[in-house]
Amino acid sequence: MTSGLFWAGGRAEVSSTVIEVRNLCHTYMRGTPLARQALKHVTLSIAEGELVAIIGRTGSGKSTLVQHFNGLLRPDSGHVFVDGKDIWQKGVALRDIRRKVGLVFQYPEHQLFEESVASDIAFAPRNMGLSDNAVDDAVREAMRIVDLDYDEFAERSPFELSGGQKRRVAIAGVIAMRPKVLILDEPTAGMDPRGREDVLREIQALHDEHGYTVVLVSHSMEDVARFANRLVVMEDGRIAMDGRPRDVFQRRDELVEMGLGVPQITDLMAELARRGHNFPTDVITVDEASEALLPSLLAASGMAGESDSPCGGGGR
Amino acid sequence: MNFANAAVGQYMPGESLMHRLDPRTKMLVSLGIIIVLFVVSNPLAYALLAVPIVLAIAISGVPVKLVFRSLRPLTFIMVLTFVLHLFMDPGEALFSIGRITATDQGLRLGIVTVVRLTLLVLATSIVTMTTSPIAFTDGLERLLAPFARLGLPAHELAMMMTIALRFIPTLLEETDKIMKAQMARGADFESGNIAKRAKAMIPILVPLFVSAFRRADELAVAMEARCYRGGEGRTRLRELAFSGEDLAVLIVAGAYTVAVAVAL
Ligand SMILES: Nc1ncnc2c1ncn2[C@@H]1O[C@H](COP(=O)(O)OP(=O)(O)OP(=O)(O)O)[C@@H](O)[C@H]1O
Ligand SMILES: [Mg+2]
Repeated sequence: MTSGLFWAGGRAEVSSTVIEVRNLCHTYMRGTPLARQALKHVTLSIAEGELVAIIGRTGSGKSTLVQHFNGLLRPDSGHVFVDGKDIWQKGVALRDIRRKVGLVFQYPEHQLFEESVASDIAFAPRNMGLSDNAVDDAVREAMRIVDLDYDEFAERSPFELSGGQKRRVAIAGVIAMRPKVLILDEPTAGMDPRGREDVLREIQALHDEHGYTVVLVSHSMEDVARFANRLVVMEDGRIAMDGRPRDVFQRRDELVEMGLGVPQITDLMAELARRGHNFPTDVITVDEASEALLPSLLAASGMAGESDSPCGGGGR
Repeated sequence: MNFANAAVGQYMPGESLMHRLDPRTKMLVSLGIIIVLFVVSNPLAYALLAVPIVLAIAISGVPVKLVFRSLRPLTFIMVLTFVLHLFMDPGEALFSIGRITATDQGLRLGIVTVVRLTLLVLATSIVTMTTSPIAFTDGLERLLAPFARLGLPAHELAMMMTIALRFIPTLLEETDKIMKAQMARGADFESGNIAKRAKAMIPILVPLFVSAFRRADELAVAMEARCYRGGEGRTRLRELAFSGEDLAVLIVAGAYTVAVAVAL
């Protein structure tokens, strides 16, 4: 029933803007000696179907920026448009905006409060005024999307789950609103490698299979290199770079200067090129690197053709 | 909903004389002023007591607007006591509204109470705004130390206060975050009657308590891991130093306050 609601696939050709911010400024604790300008004239637009990663050092204003996307923070100056509508104009219902733009906070498991997983996930759809049946549908669907078995988890207390499961419940609690855009603020913070991988895969599936426009705030260059099709780099409340990950990572020196760096594999390939090997330097994932390196490695060891898998033992 | 904005009386770092003074000096002087404030009832005395307070605010460099903002939470109480005094106290009738009558003595007492409260709040705010929480509790512990011999748990009181002060901003920040997270899920804290609004607080209070207990646990473990076992024999990284400036301020302000108390 819901798959029709989601607009799946075909994201490459359509590019209508869903979120646009223009000249956004935000200062915390305005008018006190502790005032701090967290955003400085930020202009950015996000098109339907994109998977955008926002990256930047701690304190660069990422969380502040994404909290403007659904009207949780009000800008000091500048405008926020969602679906072409200025959300701070009179008569705009912020609740509709927040439904359209779902925001998953950093450490979202800290916001769980209900007695059971199902009723916690139902909080948002209930606030949206859905009927009991529709709420139940939304809960089941959200749990399916985040890979939580309904029969097993629905009636359990969210407080007795593992960290990773809690986080999924929290993410489902936002997905259950069926937003058009899903923003995740560091969804993998504090998780083990396996849990990170799972959550990232789910996010990718949300984008690829369920048709969400996704904005992902992240610290990890490796992760965004693999998943994002656009990378926005923030520094000191401004947008420093914006483009395809491959292009952004070409500006290695600037990124290092900002304290960010590039994926290690990109570094490695750059180093090889610097030592005179003729390899491409715009490599950003391990898979791409093995593709580029393997033929020459095999040729060098005189075993060309003996192995066609990057992990095969033949090359060693 | 600006929970994250500067809390009332929050420390505002700076370099002024007020910031440099030993916390004990500031506490003793303001305590002295407050005591005198409540024993005298002469309008001139209030004006004279306001002088050191205004002076302290001026040299502290803290924006005047911010200092006065600490009065805001008390506005309601002040208006209420003023009105109660005005209409309930005996005295010559000034005017009447229906069956209740305002009296001259009521008016006088009402004004006195409001002035006292205002000066009290300003005197304490300027101290907390120029003293870091650590210095504040250190000073308090030292001031209470003589009473420890009488069985007063001075160190424990100070430690409890340090921890409470330390976690107020954290909890406010946490409240702000949880509120936003629930608002992102369509929660509404602003409309509806009292019952509905009270119910709307559940999604904030439950996570807040959970996190407060978690933090308390973590803090206890962290303190024990660093061998905390009470105040006995504990040394300080930064010893409070009573300087010449302190002595001068204490003598001048002390003499001034006593003079006001005695003369009026
Ligand atoms: N509630 C607040 N009150 C005051 N200052 C704040 C508040 N939230 C953020 N700031 C300040 O604004 C700046 C930007 O913060 P923000 O949380 O947007 O950074 P961030 O890029 O998300 O960092 P992180 O990677 O650590 O999450 C920081 O300097 C921070 O100290
Ligand atoms: Mg952040």
